[in-house]
Amino acid sequence: MRKVWDIHGGVHPPENKEQSNQLAITSAGIPDQLVFPLSQHIGTPAAPIVAVGQKVLKGEIIAEAKGFVSVPVHASTSGEVIAIEQRNIAHPSGMAAPCIVIQADGKDEWIEHSGIEDYTAVDKAELLNRIRQAGIAGMGGAGFPSAVKLGTRDDQVIETLIFNGTECEPYITADDMLMRERAEEIIAGAKILKHLVKPTKETIIGVEDNKPEGIAALEKAAQGSGIEIVSFPTKYPSGGEKQLIQILTGKEVPSGGLPAQVGIVCQNLGTTVAIYRAIQFGEPLISRITTVTGEACEQNRNYEVLLGSPISHLLELSGYQQKKASRLIMGGPMMGFTLHSETVPVVKTTNCIMAPSAKEIPPPTPAQACIRCGMCAEACPVSLLPQQMYWFARGKEYEKLEAHNLMDCIECGACSYACPSNIPLVQYYRASKADIRQQKQDAIKAEQSKVRFEARQERIERQEAEKEAKRKARKAAAEARAAGNAEAGKVDAVQAAVERAKAKKAATDPAQVAAETAADPAPNGDAAKDAIARALAKREAASSMTDEERLLNAVKALGKRLDKTREKLATAQAEGSDTVEILTETLAKLEIKLVDAKQAYDDHQQKN
Amino acid sequence: MALFKVTSPHATGPLNTARVMQLVLLATIPGVLALNWHFGWGVLVNIVFASGVALAAEALALTLRKRPLGFYLGDYSALVTAVLLAVAMPAYSPWWLIAVGVGFAILIAKHLYGGMGYNPFNPAMVGYVVLLISFPVEMTTWAAPRQAFSGEMPGLADAISVLFAGREAIAAFAVDGITMATPLDILKQNNSLLIEDLWQQSPVFGQWGGLGWEWANLGFLAGGLFLLSQRIFTWHAPISMLASLTLISALFYDGGSSASGGSPLFHLLSGATMFGAFFIVTDPVTSAVSVMGKIIYGALIGVLLYLIRVWGNYPDAIAFAVLLMNFAAPLVDYYTQPRTYGHEPAHKSGDE
Repeated sequence: MRKVWDIHGGVHPPENKEQSNQLAITSAGIPDQLVFPLSQHIGTPAAPIVAVGQKVLKGEIIAEAKGFVSVPVHASTSGEVIAIEQRNIAHPSGMAAPCIVIQADGKDEWIEHSGIEDYTAVDKAELLNRIRQAGIAGMGGAGFPSAVKLGTRDDQVIETLIFNGTECEPYITADDMLMRERAEEIIAGAKILKHLVKPTKETIIGVEDNKPEGIAALEKAAQGSGIEIVSFPTKYPSGGEKQLIQILTGKEVPSGGLPAQVGIVCQNLGTTVAIYRAIQFGEPLISRITTVTGEACEQNRNYEVLLGSPISHLLELSGYQQKKASRLIMGGPMMGFTLHSETVPVVKTTNCIMAPSAKEIPPPTPAQACIRCGMCAEACPVSLLPQQMYWFARGKEYEKLEAHNLMDCIECGACSYACPSNIPLVQYYRASKADIRQQKQDAIKAEQSKVRFEARQERIERQEAEKEAKRKARKAAAEARAAGNAEAGKVDAVQAAVERAKAKKAATDPAQVAAETAADPAPNGDAAKDAIARALAKREAASSMTDEERLLNAVKALGKRLDKTREKLATAQAEGSDTVEILTETLAKLEIKLVDAKQAYDDHQQKN
Repeated sequence: MALFKVTSPHATGPLNTARVMQLVLLATIPGVLALNWHFGWGVLVNIVFASGVALAAEALALTLRKRPLGFYLGDYSALVTAVLLAVAMPAYSPWWLIAVGVGFAILIAKHLYGGMGYNPFNPAMVGYVVLLISFPVEMTTWAAPRQAFSGEMPGLADAISVLFAGREAIAAFAVDGITMATPLDILKQNNSLLIEDLWQQSPVFGQWGGLGWEWANLGFLAGGLFLLSQRIFTWHAPISMLASLTLISALFYDGGSSASGGSPLFHLLSGATMFGAFFIVTDPVTSAVSVMGKIIYGALIGVLLYLIRVWGNYPDAIAFAVLLMNFAAPLVDYYTQPRTYGHEPAHKSGDE
């Protein structure tokens, strides 16, 4: 007997598996209408590639994968696309999401497909691509694209390949029945994955010891394959990926890390069979085994159900009586979520539909005070202190919650189950996690806004300082001129006008004045008058312009002047004139002005 | 269509808080019977009267706080407080003493702090300490055990009369001898005799501990083991308390000289040791939460218990030891957070 480890905590809820594992798996048939959500996996939703009215065949891709972490969606039977629209999907919030709706034609006509004769002769990339194209995502619950999970990096040595046949949730028997009836397919799939992952140490199928028939069937099928079947004591939640890894190897997946970091890859049994069918026969993932159970259904059993079938179709087959049901759950009684509508479709992760009576799952009783009895801490499989986290969650003390490793909570529900005061602990943790995530996003946003604001503030200050400097320069120039005039005593009226015009120009265009002064030390009255006339014309034109045009004009004019000044500077340099210094200065100023003008123009455009 | 919406988990465990409290009450029976046999009906009369006062006080507090009476009275927590306090008080206490103690425990120590689950201090022990400090004479007038008492034990009717009329009114109590210092007190006052001689001279000592007290302690031990088997609490706090008490008393036993603090067995089976270990130290609301925390919490109570018994001013010290550690529990919690799955070093709360 192989050594198995124990996990901390855990609970033993009544298993209630015998209700649904008495009858063999049977086909659920073809419903009239099938609904295919574009997102049945973790990652980017698939993108539809069919149009309304288009005929599709069974197994045809109707939506293709978008990006790396994504898988395509296939039609599970032949028929006609009748709508691509928002439909209710299986989601805890009861939200609607984009779906492709297909009217089945009843012919169930397959698209042409073929498998690989000898998968060992095909390279890894091709196998992974086939798995991805078959639309396979983890069927245990999270729905993580299998090709991504299996595509481990070459430098990451995988020691152990684990298949998860735990099925620790009460009531669910989908994997149990799969083991009993299709053990050969599981082993065949396991061999393919073994070839793909190439574990250096071992390949294990872990099964809880409450499934002796399944274990026997697997052991028989696995003979000589080098795949070890390991059973271990039944305890909830042994089937959590991290928990199973601890049970089978004694290793712990680092907080926030992946099993591959400790040399382990874990796969669900249903997914393994899907991979086998994809590689061997070229069949995409279009059906799965789903348990229908609970006292509100006359017949509890497992169905092989086409993906996209509405829940109501399964419930009808099982003799569901809505009056008897206390609620409708997708998944098991520990981690499943209540459905808001019977029209939601079966998706890749739907392992169970549960319609319990009020006797089985009574309506929740009011929560009593927490007496810190610590039964939750004893039950927690990851050694958290739920009773402390409950206080912090109520007080919204998020820092303390994080310090108590809230983010390591796997939401298995063992604490709530154990709580004698009926406190919905998991609900508190879920809400707090969402709040913390929101807070973190808000913090990032705030940080970005702050950076932006500070940059703007700095720019405005710089511009103010430049203006101030110019104003001072002008003032000093005017004073100097006034002093000069007083010395000259009598001032010619025309000359005065010319001076004023120059001063005005100097205010807007010190470079030109400097340049003109340099080129023409004794300007005559006509030139000044012309300049005044030009300036007036410009102003008139400017007044009729929009802000945008004016800003753009400013940029253009500055550009022109910059060019002119550059020419003059070049000439001055060539002649060895003493204006080189002043022209260089002017050029630098003009460049700054141009940048500012452009900035002003850009700002203006962004604002609109 | 309106389907019922609720988040997981949908299944709930069989245990509820009222059931926990009922089991605790049930577990006190062997100890209470032993006390009642050795010290007379006064013990049961105490308990019954205290329970009535507790329910009345609880109902008053709930009414003032506008809480539904049935829902909260049904959790049995007030009864547990009353029974624990009544057991800790001397038999044949007057009614007003019980009323003050229980009233203080329920109204002040429990409800003023927010009611069940929110009280930082053990209500029964708060009530006990208030009485001990305010009414030291009444709180140290202990009945003599049956075997050490020459006269006839008072009957049930007498015990009820004492409750309301006071000790002076009943003939049996007028005779000196019904009250007697406790073994712990006698040992504490002793400074001249060897333990062995003291044992022979004083009638209050029994086979291992105090006469009568040893059986009460064994009774509470049995009740505690029953609760352990029912997984109402874990072994960590009570066992570590008993272990540390054993260890420290063995350390200072010195073979039984006149300065000896008493043997480990004497300490384990005298006074309220077992009652404290399994019914007071295990109070979840006011104790430390993690496994390591509970061990430290229990061990320090054991040490404090011995220190106060031997070198302090009071012969018994469960209440003081527990209340002091109630203060320390949050600090203990802070330093004893368990290692979470996937985390390497112990992670202290508040560390960043």
